[in-house]
Amino acid sequence: MTEAPSYLSPTGQEIVFLLLGAVAVGSALLVVTTRQLVHAALWLVVCFGALAGGYLVLTAEFVAWVQVLIYVGAIVALLLFGIMLTRAPIGRTADLDSRNRPAAAVVAVATAVVLVTVVIDGFRTAYAPLEPGGGSAKELGSSIFRNWVLPFEALSVLLLAALIGAIVLSRTDIRGRD
Amino acid sequence: MIAVAALVILLPSVAAATGLLGSRFPRGVRGGAADVAANRRAAWIAVVPTGISTVLAVWLAYAGWSGGGGGPGEPFPFPAGPSGPSGIGGVTGTLDVIDTGSVPISVGLLVDGLSASIAVLVTVVALAVQIYSIGYLGDDRRYPSYSAFISLFTGAMLLVVYAADLLVLYVGWEIMGLCSYLLIGHWWEDRANSRAAVKAFLVTRLGDVGFLFGIFVLGTAAGSFRVADVIAKVPEMSTGTIVAATMLLLAGVAGKSAQVPLHVWLPDAMAGPTPISALIHAATMVAAGIFVVARLYPVFLDAGPTLDVLAVLAALGMLGAALAALAQDDLKRVLAYSTISQLAYMAGALAAGSESAAIFHLITHGAFKALLFLCAGAVIHAVGSNLMSTMGGLHRELPITFAAMTIGFAALMGLPPASGFFSKDEVLVAMERALSAGPLTDAAALLLYGCALATIAVTGAYATRAWLRTFFGERPVNALPEPEPGTAHVVDVHEAPATMRWPIVILAVPALLLGLVGITGVHWGTAALSVVVALLGAGAVYAAWRSDPLGDPARMLGPFRAPCEQAFYVDSLYTALFVRPVLGLARMVARTDDRVVDGAVRGSGRATVSLAGLVRLAQNGNAQIYVTGLLAGVLLIAVGAVIFG
Amino acid sequence: MHVVYPAVVSALLFSIGVYGVLARRNTILVLMSVELMLNAVNLNLVAFDVWLRDRLHGGQVLTLFVIVIAAAEVGLGLAIILALYRNRQTVDLDRLRDLAEPTGTGDGAARDPVRGPLRGPLRGPAPTGSGGALTDSGQAVSESATRSGETS
Repeated sequence: MTEAPSYLSPTGQEIVFLLLGAVAVGSALLVVTTRQLVHAALWLVVCFGALAGGYLVLTAEFVAWVQVLIYVGAIVALLLFGIMLTRAPIGRTADLDSRNRPAAAVVAVATAVVLVTVVIDGFRTAYAPLEPGGGSAKELGSSIFRNWVLPFEALSVLLLAALIGAIVLSRTDIRGRD
Repeated sequence: MIAVAALVILLPSVAAATGLLGSRFPRGVRGGAADVAANRRAAWIAVVPTGISTVLAVWLAYAGWSGGGGGPGEPFPFPAGPSGPSGIGGVTGTLDVIDTGSVPISVGLLVDGLSASIAVLVTVVALAVQIYSIGYLGDDRRYPSYSAFISLFTGAMLLVVYAADLLVLYVGWEIMGLCSYLLIGHWWEDRANSRAAVKAFLVTRLGDVGFLFGIFVLGTAAGSFRVADVIAKVPEMSTGTIVAATMLLLAGVAGKSAQVPLHVWLPDAMAGPTPISALIHAATMVAAGIFVVARLYPVFLDAGPTLDVLAVLAALGMLGAALAALAQDDLKRVLAYSTISQLAYMAGALAAGSESAAIFHLITHGAFKALLFLCAGAVIHAVGSNLMSTMGGLHRELPITFAAMTIGFAALMGLPPASGFFSKDEVLVAMERALSAGPLTDAAALLLYGCALATIAVTGAYATRAWLRTFFGERPVNALPEPEPGTAHVVDVHEAPATMRWPIVILAVPALLLGLVGITGVHWGTAALSVVVALLGAGAVYAAWRSDPLGDPARMLGPFRAPCEQAFYVDSLYTALFVRPVLGLARMVARTDDRVVDGAVRGSGRATVSLAGLVRLAQNGNAQIYVTGLLAGVLLIAVGAVIFG
Repeated sequence: MHVVYPAVVSALLFSIGVYGVLARRNTILVLMSVELMLNAVNLNLVAFDVWLRDRLHGGQVLTLFVIVIAAAEVGLGLAIILALYRNRQTVDLDRLRDLAEPTGTGDGAARDPVRGPLRGPLRGPAPTGSGGALTDSGQAVSESATRSGETS
């Protein structure tokens, strides 16, 4: 929107974001390449944490805390439970990758190339000046309950349905009608 | 008159259909008494119409001879026609005209001296053979169809004889070929017989292709298929057209009349029942070729090269076949080769420019050769074998057959007063005249005349040999071989039954006396020469036979005996030249069909299956691979949209 | 802040997520990769929200919604994985091949000699990595699928 400063003189926020981004990408890479199942979950924590940091830099503080709470606190914990419940081997496992790996690598690299090219090409000149306070809990709360109430309620129903579904799926003593 | 001619043709044809369909009607049962009843009924169905036809044909000939045809009540508007050789005015009648879009086909009949006299020959021989067959094959399981085929053949031959249109003639011509095939293969259970039938069929078909195209050439050149029109248009045709047409016709003539080089089927055709050999393969069908040449003789007269070819073929055929006859041991094969030789005489006479001599010889030959075959049938019937080495001294047991066959052999050799003497004399005179004048080149005429004289000597020799070995000397005491199917019913030697005896006796009369018609035209010098030459040949054989009555006089051929016995290896030559390459080609085609055509079909199936297999490799149920493909596709589309969009 | 930076980071994260979904054998790892892709989207949403100064804060609100949905998704996904594990004693994706065309049935496959050798490459290499054959328990899966379909 405003005149974009040069790429050669990054601001401090940009440097921090890039560092966090590097951590996020690196830990994400480790998530998909590690040979230990539990490590993958733990690297996921690092990745999500770094992303939460990124949200903070981008002035979306409420989202950052929600990210930490739900992703790092709940989802990864769920995944770890899942790992344990499926009696997955703890420690190094040789066959965590399927034989589809080369094709997957090709497709992923191609995806990255296409996306990065398009993104750089499209947003080379875009610049977003950061103003603190835009993503505070107050702002977001008022926005949600003022403008987004209906989706919010619908989402609560979705959560209820997911809850019931998960219970039904995981319990063995509930039989379907024949 | 035309109506009568049509009746002559139709009667045997209807008899054929009736015999085929009605012999077992209405019960359709088989075996035992039913067979006997069916055979008896079939015999009546066959003999009576043929007899009526004979009477009508004789009446036609008589009417033509005495009154010049065409009475006041003549219903057909076409009195004109080519003048016959015997001086009868021809009578044509068109029953229907089939408009083909280009050259119309007129379904019509033509009665003139030529057709009337040949028709008499055909009907008389057919009647004799029908009666004879009752005795010869009366208890055969397939006698009804056999007699019906003879009737059908008779009708077809009469159609050829009376046809006024070349395509109508061709219809009869082909039906004759079919009947010949069916009757040669009468005892088809024996593989050799059915092969002989197929061989005859194929060889004659080969000639017929040429014949048909010859008709087309003539028809398109003349603008009409009617014989009269074609002959009338001859002066307007170019020499090339005429020579091409006659050469093509000659192929059909050679095939049907068993002339060199398409003669190979005739000796093998002796696998059929003997009456069939007498009717079809000696007296009538094989004469059809000669008849057609005579019918279209003005066309041939304008085609000098064709006549030269005909002369050379005739010369080679008459001498070669006579030599082959001299070495055969099978009585019927002797007669078969003798037939080829005699037909070559007629062809020679035609080439020499005398159609009347050829037709005269055709008629006398039809009579005496049918007689010879019927006698041979009686002999074989009595002895139970075709081989002359198992015969001998039969003049005591079979006096009637002996007498009849003696007449036949005398006619064959051309000894007076038998009919063959007069007709052969005419032929020789014609050839002698061709030396100085006529359509032939000098070399061809000389070759023809020389071969004819030599053939007379050889004819005398083989006729004497067959006569002596069959009826004189002693029968060898060695055990008879197992009789072939149908050739032998009884092995004790006695005279044949009446139904077989009477046709022989009846046929012996024309064979002996028919020649006297031409007594006024005898050239005594030539006649004496031929008789002397024939007696020379006969004498040589007699001398050889006297020195060793049990031996074969053919031994005097010396080193030539084996080639003669094999008919100069023509069959082997054809096998090497045509049969094997064709078989090889057929195998190649079959293999090509199997490998290439079927291979393409099977291959396309296999390719589809293996292509499907390749695709199925992706359909292995692994969801990750599916998603990989999906994403790759999305990427490609995105890239494409970016680049080309 | 240049928008390119978060956008590129998000693109890279998404690609890594794609790789994980396609290459990982363990279903839980696949689920983690899906989470990575969702987060990449979240990062984009936040970045563009900031860039566009959305007065409704649509981007950040949508991020919250996505996080909630992701939580629900993980819960259900894990439930499905557990049900799968109970029935199959495995959570390896490439051993769950009931989608494939069944073998030995249908239109005269046994009669056709051409198809015979084709079976080998099609079926053969599947067990080499995990050392197990195709388990024939499609009925159990369909049973559980029916149940989930009814209740949700």
